[in-house]
Order: sequence, then structure tokens, then C-alpha cells
Amino acid sequence: MLLHQLAHSRTGDKGNLVTISLIAYRKEDFALIEEKVTVERVAGHFSELIEGPVQRYSLPQLGALNFVLRRPVSNSVTRSLALDAHGKCLGSALLAMEI
Amino acid sequence: MNTLRIGCGAGYSGDRIDPAVELAEKGDIAYLVFECLAERTIAIAQKARLTDPVAGYDPLLEERMRAVLPICAQKHIRIISNMGAANPPAAAEKTRDIAQQLGHRGLRIAAVTGDDVLETLRAGIDEVDSLEGPLPPAETWLSANAYLGVAPIIEALRSDADIILTGRVADPALFLAPLVHEFRWSLEDWELLGKGTAVGHLLECAGQLTGGYFGDPGVKDVPDLDRLGFPIAEVSEDGSAVLTKIDGSGGVINAATCTEQLLYEIQDPAAYYTPDVVADFSGVAFSELGRDRVSVSGAAGRMRPSTLKVSIGYRDGYIGEGQISYAGPNALARAELARDILAKRLAGLEISELRFDFIGLNSIHGTQLSRNAAVPHEVRLRAAGRASSLAAAAWITREVEALYTNGPAGGGGASGSAREVIAIASALIPRDAVSHRVQILES
Repeated sequence: MLLHQLAHSRTGDKGNLVTISLIAYRKEDFALIEEKVTVERVAGHFSELIEGPVQRYSLPQLGALNFVLRRPVSNSVTRSLALDAHGKCLGSALLAMEI
Repeated sequence: MNTLRIGCGAGYSGDRIDPAVELAEKGDIAYLVFECLAERTIAIAQKARLTDPVAGYDPLLEERMRAVLPICAQKHIRIISNMGAANPPAAAEKTRDIAQQLGHRGLRIAAVTGDDVLETLRAGIDEVDSLEGPLPPAETWLSANAYLGVAPIIEALRSDADIILTGRVADPALFLAPLVHEFRWSLEDWELLGKGTAVGHLLECAGQLTGGYFGDPGVKDVPDLDRLGFPIAEVSEDGSAVLTKIDGSGGVINAATCTEQLLYEIQDPAAYYTPDVVADFSGVAFSELGRDRVSVSGAAGRMRPSTLKVSIGYRDGYIGEGQISYAGPNALARAELARDILAKRLAGLEISELRFDFIGLNSIHGTQLSRNAAVPHEVRLRAAGRASSLAAAAWITREVEALYTNGPAGGGGASGSAREVIAIASALIPRDAVSHRVQILES
């Protein structure tokens, strides 16, 4: 099943950092999401687009995880050659993860 | 308990204006805040000011003020905004002129300055900490602006300003300042400042709290995004708050929209750095009180940092871009042939970095995450490159256009542009290297 069925997401940016929230629709699914969507899996999922380690913060009372990813400095918001310079669409890519 | 209603009338410079008018007319608010300054906006505004000394403030300032000022003047709603951008005094003068033209005499309009630290940095101060790698060379700098906190806004409110125009101020401070002023919160009550900062952070992107940037048909449906209502916070003296919007406006506000916005652009939820407080959102909880009414609780805070963040805008070369579409049988193969031609034509020019994408196939998520996609009926080739001159950047656009008569069959819809890149670097400087000023004009 795709994460898209269990959770929703919003992506933000700060320089070359991308922040992606992952929020369970139902609080009872949060434990499964927390178990399956590890920093290692997220780093592997985005390996073509990011560099360095991924950080994950857990907010159980909100049923939410918050990920911080690092893009190469040449791909920071104000310098990027990418069509989506902010990386705004990356949250949608996370929701395409199979769990 | 005393409560204060604050509305957010803009979440970015180009935002819709009619929802702000709706807030002023029907929102029963005491303050209307417009957050209009992205990271790069000041640097671009500063560039405009170099050629025109009365330019450099928000391009929609006049349109916004003409739309809301008569209502706000009549209802005694105070306006706070960072639309001053690179030139708050000119923005204040413009606003005074508009007020006078509309027949509103005696309005007090404050301009907050002091965020511009370019000369301070150029003169060289110790203890500048770069936040990501070495700072760019000083000769490329266009602007350097420190993030001010609530202090100058509170000073303006104490001077009975009706309209306050700032340059760079931490976004949540635009909302925290009226709370501190009205409730006489201490500037060292970190817990309350943390709660007020959470409210400010939730409001600052306007429609993103009320269903904007949220809709996903069949999964997260949002009604009437064409007339999205902007958010209102009803804040109590103890820092607790209810988030809501005007009855009958479009959009939705619920625990899910609030959770998405709480975490938007946040790194460690337990340590959200602002000039006024290190806010802690890790214990925040939302509770749905009724339709489009959500209470927020649990935010906290710790002592403010001893440094202020500075955004340095600098000239960073040029980017040229071009696009052309191919459709029908063998569209992708023709687009790939076009890419190969461009790669050869552009080799050896002053282009340090070149990127090709197929829009519809891999331009957004890259090849790895897009690998299972079916080949679409139409493909748009996009070439983008970094160049050391505007002429070299424009060459990329020209070469893409030249694919019409020199490239594969059936190319269409070529477009492109070349521009100077104004990039942003961030640094930290000691708080005492920055001092603010408040000037007041009267209409």
C-alpha cells in the first residue's frame, strides 16, 4: 500500500533544507508509520535528490513525523536550476513510498 | 478573560487581496497583519531601490492599502506588515499619501528600520557566523538584513501607530507584537512568548491554515478554494488560542490543516529559533471545537538566542532556461534527440552547470522516483544552465528556440528566459550589532 492511503504531507524549505511532514489520517496508524518510515528508508527513497543524513522528529500527540532533508547547496531555493526550485513537490514523492 | 482577534491578510507578496477585505469587513478583528516578505524579496527590492530611491517596498502595497485602509480606519483595525521591504520609510510615505487621498486624516503610520545591516557587515564585525559554508565575497553582496523581533513594533504600538510598516522582521513577530502589547506580556516570559509565536507561525501563511495548499481530491477535499477565507486567531491573555475563519468563506480549518501548517518549514519542533524566543512546538495539540474552530495548546518556549539571523542577498551569476514540447508517436525519442543536440551545442560555452528534464516524466522528482511512470502522450524538454554572463545564459534560450528549424520533427511551444540570480546566504550576528528605529508620519 502507498503511504498516500494512510497519511498526508506538506513540504517546506529553508535554504538548502527541505522539511517534510508526514501526518497520519487516523492516530491508530501512527505506530505503523513510525515503524516503517525510518530515516534510512527516507534517505534511500530520496537518494538521487539529497545528500547527507536525514533527521526525523516524532510528534505522537499529532500523529505526525517531521523530516529534515538536505539538498546540495547548488540546489538551494535561490540558486536551483530545477523547475521546482523550492522542492515543494517532494512531500508527494514521500507519499508514493510503498509500505 | 481578555481575548484579542488577529487576522492574517496575506501569506506572501503576491497573495489574493479580497480575503483581506473580507477579514476587515466581517472578521471582527483588532489587528490585520500582512506577511509579504520571502527570503529573497528584500534583495530584489534593494536592487530596485538602487535605481530608484523611492522604490523598494512591496509592489502591491498601494493596491492593498487602497482596498483595506478605508475599512480599517472606520473600524479602528490596526495594520501591521513587512510590506516596507527594502524601504519602509518610502512605504510609509506612500501609505500616508493614500490615506490623505482617501480622506482619512490623523492616521499614524510608523516605519520600522534598522534591519539593514549591510554597512555594518561591510565595515567588518567580529563574530559573524555563516550558517552554511563560507560567506560569498563581499563585493557580490546586494543586501544584508537582520531579522528583528517584536521590540520596534511594540514601540510603534505604544506611540499609537495605526499602521506599522517594517522591513525584515521575523514573521511570527508581526503577530506576537500585538499580543505582547495588548496583554502586557513580559519580554522574558518565554512560555507566553512561545505560545504567541506558535499562533504567529500558524497564521503567517494565511490561506495555508484554512485549506490552501491542502486539497487532494477524494482524500482531503476542500470546499470553495476559489473564495478561500483567511485565518483569524482568537487569543486569550494566557496564550491559549482558537483558530477560525469567517462563516461562509471558502476553505476549511481543522486539526489536519493546522498540523500541516504547524510543521511547515520547521526543523526541530522543540527548537524554533526566533529573535524573541526559542519556541517549543513539540507538545502542541489541536482540538476541534466545532466547524472551522480549532483550539491550540501546549506550545512553550525558552530564552531567546543571543544572536540574530541575517539574510545576505548576493549576485550569483545567471541562469538561462528554455523549453520545447514534443507530442504524439515517438515524442520522448524526439525530445531525447533534442536534448542530445543541445548538449553538444552548449558544450564549451561559459556554462558551469547544465540540466535537462522531461516535463511530464521526471522534471520534479528526478529519474529514480519517476522510474515507474508510463511514457506520456506529450513531453516537454527543459534545459537550464548556470552561466557567468547574461549573454551566455540567453544563449541557452536561443539554442532551445533554434530546435524549431534545426532539431527533431514536430517541436512546438518553445519558451525561455535568462535572468541574474540573486541568491541568499544566512549568517548569525550578535544582537547588539543591530539597533532599530521607529519613525511616525501622520496623514
